[in-house]
Amino acid sequence: MSFPWAKQYEPKHPLMQWFDQRLPLPRLVFNSVGPGYVVPRNLNYFWNFAVLAGFMLVEQIVTGIILAMHYAPAGDIAFQSVEHIMRDVNQGWMMRYLHANGASFFFIVTYIHIFRGLYYGSYKAPRELVWMLGVVILLLMMATAFMGYVLPWGQMSFWGAKVITGLFGAIPLVGEPIQTWLLGGFAPDNAALNRFFSLHFVLPFVIAGVVILHIWALHIPGSSNPTGVDIKTPQDTVPFHPFYTAKDGFGLFLFLIFFCAVTFFLPNYLGHADNYIPANPLATPAHIVPEWYFWPFYAILRAFTVDFILSAKLWGVLAMFAAILLLFFLPWIDRSPVRSGNYRPRFKQFFWILVLDVLVLGYVGGKPAEEPYVMISQLATIYYFAHFLIILPIVSKFEKTLPLPNSIAESVLHGEKKESAPYGIQAGGNAQAVPAE
Amino acid sequence: MATVEHTDGTAHAAASGPGAGPENVRRRDFINIAAVSFAGVGGLTVVYPLVNQMNPSADVLALASIEVDVAQIQAGQAIKTIFRKQPLFIRNLTPQEMQAANAVPVGELRDPQTLAERTKEGKTNWLVTMGVCTHLGCVPLGVAEGENKGEYGGYFCPCHGSHYDTAARIRKGPAPKNLEVPEYSFLSDTVLKIG
Amino acid sequence: MVRLIAILVGLGFVGVAAWSLLWGAIAYVSEPHEETAEHRFHLYPKKVSFASDGPLGHFDRQQLQRGFQVYKEVCAACHGLNLVAFRNLADLGYTEAEVKAIAAQWQIEVPSINEQTGEPATRKAIPADKFPNPYANEVAARAANNNAMPPDLSLITKARHDGPAYTYSLLTGYRDAATYRNEKGEALPAENRPGQGLYFNPYFPNLNLAMPPPITADGQVTYADGTPATRDQMAKDVSAFLTWTAEPFLENRNRTGWAVLVFLLIATVLSYMSYRNIWAGYKH
Repeated sequence: MSFPWAKQYEPKHPLMQWFDQRLPLPRLVFNSVGPGYVVPRNLNYFWNFAVLAGFMLVEQIVTGIILAMHYAPAGDIAFQSVEHIMRDVNQGWMMRYLHANGASFFFIVTYIHIFRGLYYGSYKAPRELVWMLGVVILLLMMATAFMGYVLPWGQMSFWGAKVITGLFGAIPLVGEPIQTWLLGGFAPDNAALNRFFSLHFVLPFVIAGVVILHIWALHIPGSSNPTGVDIKTPQDTVPFHPFYTAKDGFGLFLFLIFFCAVTFFLPNYLGHADNYIPANPLATPAHIVPEWYFWPFYAILRAFTVDFILSAKLWGVLAMFAAILLLFFLPWIDRSPVRSGNYRPRFKQFFWILVLDVLVLGYVGGKPAEEPYVMISQLATIYYFAHFLIILPIVSKFEKTLPLPNSIAESVLHGEKKESAPYGIQAGGNAQAVPAE
Repeated sequence: MATVEHTDGTAHAAASGPGAGPENVRRRDFINIAAVSFAGVGGLTVVYPLVNQMNPSADVLALASIEVDVAQIQAGQAIKTIFRKQPLFIRNLTPQEMQAANAVPVGELRDPQTLAERTKEGKTNWLVTMGVCTHLGCVPLGVAEGENKGEYGGYFCPCHGSHYDTAARIRKGPAPKNLEVPEYSFLSDTVLKIG
Repeated sequence: MVRLIAILVGLGFVGVAAWSLLWGAIAYVSEPHEETAEHRFHLYPKKVSFASDGPLGHFDRQQLQRGFQVYKEVCAACHGLNLVAFRNLADLGYTEAEVKAIAAQWQIEVPSINEQTGEPATRKAIPADKFPNPYANEVAARAANNNAMPPDLSLITKARHDGPAYTYSLLTGYRDAATYRNEKGEALPAENRPGQGLYFNPYFPNLNLAMPPPITADGQVTYADGTPATRDQMAKDVSAFLTWTAEPFLENRNRTGWAVLVFLLIATVLSYMSYRNIWAGYKH
């Protein structure tokens, strides 16, 4: 946007000129995802996941609006209306399977996107707000996903709603009134189902709004890159279009292969069989688990088993929320001046332990609350909090980082001074040879 | 979806690329155009289920044809039943009513049709019509005993005063057409299949 | 400052979690860990294959018709199928007239009202009707079944892990509790033997269920297509039928899936070529 070397938008067609003078929408598109947005040339495939997450948000909104045309949010017919969608509505089964599996894949790409940010230090100055808005999106996504899972009104829907709203019951004094208020009753029923439907419908649009802020905040400093080194010369960059539109297009189709293979051939693999049993307030399923994308947090919730000043239940709830909320403070907890994990040997080791730790948390979170799973979840919880709150501040203070490349171009070209102009770039334009040293 | 459109700039700029001859440019552009077009075809295909889901679902279509037993309807009586969520009139005409209908010169009607054309051969006493006024869709009166049958002894629509005769043809008032006769057939002497 | 607070908060959570871990570990070591009878005697479903398995899965229409016959003659008296309509049976290869006859002759009638008095009544089913429930409500179902509720079977193969294999294993898995030995040769403890009105079946999660063995003898039904009705065959056929009731659009799903996948593979290759083409000669 404010890059001196960014191409200025000049509408060529008179109609576009007319339009652009009255509403600079063409300009906005050009500057945000068109040739006007300059991007480091060295982004790797992990940078595809932002676009994938954006695509999944749109996919979920489209399929969700369609499902809402056929779904009925009332306790006695919600389950049947979902089966009506599956059996009678034209291609309804496809819409519902896309939506249900879409939620899972939305979380898969978002989690990879988050871990990419963690590894490459994307949360560091000047992108703190980008990161914090991202955490807001994550929280909204979790709320939306949780409420969406309640809507089919199967056994897991009902008991999930009961257990998760029960978390608020852990708050001293006001806990129980809050739980009753959330549900509009003493247990999940019509009132809860209707309000969850309403909120589940509207929150994705709130997410879309925050996503716009997230992208806006990103476009001020511009995208980070795997070296973490700032853009210095035009040689460090390429225009977003056609370079990254092409790369993202390829990444999108590759991703869709996985998404569609699961949706069409294993549509219930990521779900839980019990949710095909209609909700029954009188019988709890043997083993209540949330959807897989909540398992790491569910494991943290269940890791606290002993009262210590506060009740174990309250510790679990606090820890679960803290596990996400601490991400807001990450830019100030990790003060290392080096962004990329590639140049932080100590940090890199701990990062991979964290990845493993979250996978372990996810695994035990999906298991029944029995030994040895509880002890494993306690160990993994200890590491999770230690990593973010103790290890990161200390490592960022004492770590000896590796030397950074002078520029992005240098890290890519390894000293080669000349290269041919790429497709779409005019010689003498962006790709002008600039001494790499 | 990220669609790669070519601006004017990119096309001839490629000429300065490595080994760029006119041949090479054409081949390179061809790949990009092919990729974008193919993705576009996919995008259009996706629209089909998104649109088709709004068509009537299988359970609605299953009720698109119904069977009605008319054994209980005496001559001069009529019933109102539901067909495709709309009222359906089935009337057992008396000989006088049939006579009255046949006496009208067809040429003078707004929507010229004979009683024979509006009923099945050999079953001209059974008049099956939709109970939907062809003016603006109100339900005409005249099915139940004592209801206003209009000036021509058939049906009368109270909304805007359309009068239908004993063959449910429009005779007076704003309606443009006769009451619609749905597709139907006799499965037996007393059982009708409608739709 | 933020870092200092972070470390303090971190120590708090780590400390409390460690405290929980300590007590858990002490309990784990000091209290003998005993496996429950369910753990020791419960069996996972047998390996069994169906035409509908996998991405190339399809339905064997003859088998579905046989399975429907088993459902009709053996299961339908107690288990409903209230998400499936008679009209859906056309998918099994029945003609319109056959579907109409099946609906009209169904042993349970559809709740209705008396046209004259408005009193509750029943009428013969028509193809547009869903399969009527065998019991008016849950209380009636429990009263008739020793306080057990026979579940509706429409979605049973999706509501259980490894659905069709589970129903097949359950139907063929009844054993004599007195003589049963698990793979370690252990006999069933006395407290896990079935009580009054319960039947031992190692494929059922808590080992004893209220459903008496439904398929008891070879030849219990006489198949119209002449297939020998062994117990194994009947259990398999009805499981195949219940796969269809849970996912009647399975073939459509697989077909659509392949079309989508072929499209995506071509699109991926084309977009990869386009990507390489645009980045050609440019290091990154």
